[in-house]
Amino acid sequence: MISTRNLPFLAALAIFLLAYAACVLQFPNMLSTRVLGNLLTDNAFLGIAAVGMTFVILSGGIDLSIGSVIAFTSVFVAVVVGSAGVNPLIAFAAVLTISTSFGATMGLMIRFLGIPPFVVTLAGMFLARGAAYLISTQSVPISHPIIDAIQGFYFRFPGGGRLTAMAMLMLLVFLVGAFVAGRTRFGANVYAVGGNPQSAELMGVSVGRTTVGIYALSGFLSGLSGIAYTLYTSSGYSLATVGVELDAIAAVVIGGTLLTGGAGLVAGTLVGILIQGLIQTYIVFDGTLSSWWTKIVIGLLLFTFIVLQRGIVWYSDRRLVEGRLKEA
Amino acid sequence: MNDTHPLLEARGIGKSFLGITALDNVDFTLRSGEIHALLGENGAGKSTLIKILTGVYTRDTGTVKLDGRDVAPGNVAEAQELGIGTVYQEVNLLENLTVAENLFLGRQPRRFGLVNRREMRRRAQALLHDYGLTIDVDALLSSYSVAIRQIIAIARAVDLSGKVLVLDEPTASLDSHEVEMVFAVLRKLRDRGLGIIIITHFLNQVYDIADRVTVLRNGGMVGTREIETLPRMELISMMLGKELQHVTRDHHALDETVEKSSAPIRFNGYGKRGSVAPFDLDIHPGEVVGMAGLLGSGRTETAFLLFGIDRADTGTAMIDGNEVRISSPETAIAHGFGFGPEERKTDGIIGDFSVSENIALALQARQGWAKPLSTRQKAELADSFIRSLDIRPPDPDRPIKFLSGGNQQKAILARWLATEPRLLILDEPTRGIDIGAHAEILRMIERLCADGMSLIVISSELEELTAVAHRVIVLADRRHVAELRGSTVTADNIMAAIADPSETEAA
Ligand SMILES: Nc1ncnc2c1ncn2[C@@H]1O[C@H](COP(=O)(O)OP(=O)(O)OP(=O)(O)O)[C@@H](O)[C@H]1O
Ligand SMILES: [Mg+2]
Repeated sequence: MISTRNLPFLAALAIFLLAYAACVLQFPNMLSTRVLGNLLTDNAFLGIAAVGMTFVILSGGIDLSIGSVIAFTSVFVAVVVGSAGVNPLIAFAAVLTISTSFGATMGLMIRFLGIPPFVVTLAGMFLARGAAYLISTQSVPISHPIIDAIQGFYFRFPGGGRLTAMAMLMLLVFLVGAFVAGRTRFGANVYAVGGNPQSAELMGVSVGRTTVGIYALSGFLSGLSGIAYTLYTSSGYSLATVGVELDAIAAVVIGGTLLTGGAGLVAGTLVGILIQGLIQTYIVFDGTLSSWWTKIVIGLLLFTFIVLQRGIVWYSDRRLVEGRLKEA
Repeated sequence: MNDTHPLLEARGIGKSFLGITALDNVDFTLRSGEIHALLGENGAGKSTLIKILTGVYTRDTGTVKLDGRDVAPGNVAEAQELGIGTVYQEVNLLENLTVAENLFLGRQPRRFGLVNRREMRRRAQALLHDYGLTIDVDALLSSYSVAIRQIIAIARAVDLSGKVLVLDEPTASLDSHEVEMVFAVLRKLRDRGLGIIIITHFLNQVYDIADRVTVLRNGGMVGTREIETLPRMELISMMLGKELQHVTRDHHALDETVEKSSAPIRFNGYGKRGSVAPFDLDIHPGEVVGMAGLLGSGRTETAFLLFGIDRADTGTAMIDGNEVRISSPETAIAHGFGFGPEERKTDGIIGDFSVSENIALALQARQGWAKPLSTRQKAELADSFIRSLDIRPPDPDRPIKFLSGGNQQKAILARWLATEPRLLILDEPTRGIDIGAHAEILRMIERLCADGMSLIVISSELEELTAVAHRVIVLADRRHVAELRGSTVTADNIMAAIADPSETEAA
């Protein structure tokens, strides 16, 4: 059943397929597992963070701290593993605990102090960035047998493409995210809170627990994204990933999730990520275009999708009114 | 069912908010298999009492027993587990979810830890089938009418709890046919042995459906009575603490000479395709024009056209002999029009603003924000309306969100009256307002009209229209089909015109 609710997602999917087809017409080489593999690997850390952002936006909130948390995580891991020689797996566990509690704390403040998510996570953004500087202002290289092993691990596609560990991690996160959103009670509560927190509360949803859970999840995924980023760049740098939260928001919205909350799909965000990655790949293939075109095209797409969403809301409202008039 | 044991028994309930006593020593007993109406003026404490019974608020004093056991639900979920389900006065359910998701939110059937959608769909269909609804449970809730949603909300509440069903003004936005639909469901549930508490301001409905009534006044308990042995006048005086003074219009009161003279406000062939068929409408000073018709007959659409919310695509508007184009609410306000829309609860109030600020809003907008009303002016304005409309508590500085539903509505009405419009359009002005305040508002309307204001009142309550209107325009299928005036304005005639538009001749 195609409901108007899924229309933005389907539109995004159609746009991606059409754009990909157009790219392939111009550069037949773009239709290769190698390009696809790289596209997934290059955007793995962004994708992981964007899944967290999807939950936040579905609930009607926003998380601006993502980029800073990624930077903090990567610096933390790089220093702890690179300089102090701690086992990376322990460092990962530690940093995920930190980022999850950080997210949960923000959720607690949003819910129990009644401060808007924008404000709380803005503060969180400065805090996490500051903490990253505190650990190190330098770019810290990292090397460890375990990390090398993870970096070197991949499946080879027919055609020479590689499905790296990071890409697999991202796909796994999307898969689990989609199940959590669509098939668990927690997921249903997220949609409910995004629709109308008062009604949700009166229907017996624990809005507090859900809110804290959402921001904890976003914190956890930011941490995981930071780990992926560290593996991707083999270093940690406190100035990195500035503004990644905005790319994540863009992916979520392009993927068809309503910015005001309550409607959208995790799968849509994957399409949003792929569209962004596709634009970058196209620019690389073209060779003459400035990379700023990525931003311009994303800007245009965002406008298109916001207009599309308004159009759909307007259309279904109208149909509703007409339906009522007929009923009476 | 005279000797049935009490299902729910509340004793000595007390609750105060910020020093204001909302409930004081209230007793309430509900039997199984009865429909029990909870009545009282706006702000009497009805919503507060049921919010205590259902775990939204915690009581300051008193005990609640369910099936003989002491209970103290700390939140809605706990109350549900105990067996108490509620449909609240405020918006219920979630428009962005499907019907099935709404029915099973928080208790979805699961398999291996994951929500089993197929099972959920099957159960949703089965559940609604019991209520006579065969609808697509995978469609968004927002695609259904308010009445259907109300039944879905009831189905959810009953399925969830199973002993006590609480309904706070469930019929406030339903038309008479829809009310019947909901009541049929309630009667069936009563016969199944449920105890049902219903709050409503429609006394007809109370006599239609309730077995017993409990009346609250000013947070205190007035009494519980069997409805069969309680005459209507006695019930009203229980609610008000005094006799009600009836307002009825002498239908010939509008001066003949006024009627003959040409009206200062005239609409000719005014209409909009797909919204309202072209109509003529003359409005004299001091005149009250009623608009009757079923929900969706074009009443609200007419109001939207007159006030410039929708733009007419045919016809002309004349004011004082000049043709004007009413292209937006702003121009309408500039011509001295005012409009109190339906669904004030969601559209009208700004919850965190005080009562006096909410009242001053429209007047301020008309004056322009460059010339702010002084604090003293606002206070005087607020004081006079709080007194004349009996807004309770009479505190102009209280954030309006802390007022009871009906008192919020009075404040919104005051907002429009404060602008002293020459033509005021009110869409369902007295829904959710108690009968005491109702009479007060009708008297106020009369006073304002005596001073030359014209009024258009849209209402589903025929008694209200016959009480105030000089003329009643009847709409059906988005046309103005009949006009009743003078002595022909009776509830029966209006009903007849609505039922069979072609029969009635425009008088
Ligand atoms: N959350 C709150 N904070 C402060 N005061 C409140 C709050 N809720 C209710 N009150 C006050 O308690 C009193 C009773 O309100 P309640 O909502 O129970 O009235 P009601 O009988 O339901 O009226 P209505 O018919 O208008 O809905 C009112 O004076 C109201 O202002
Ligand atoms: Mg109430």
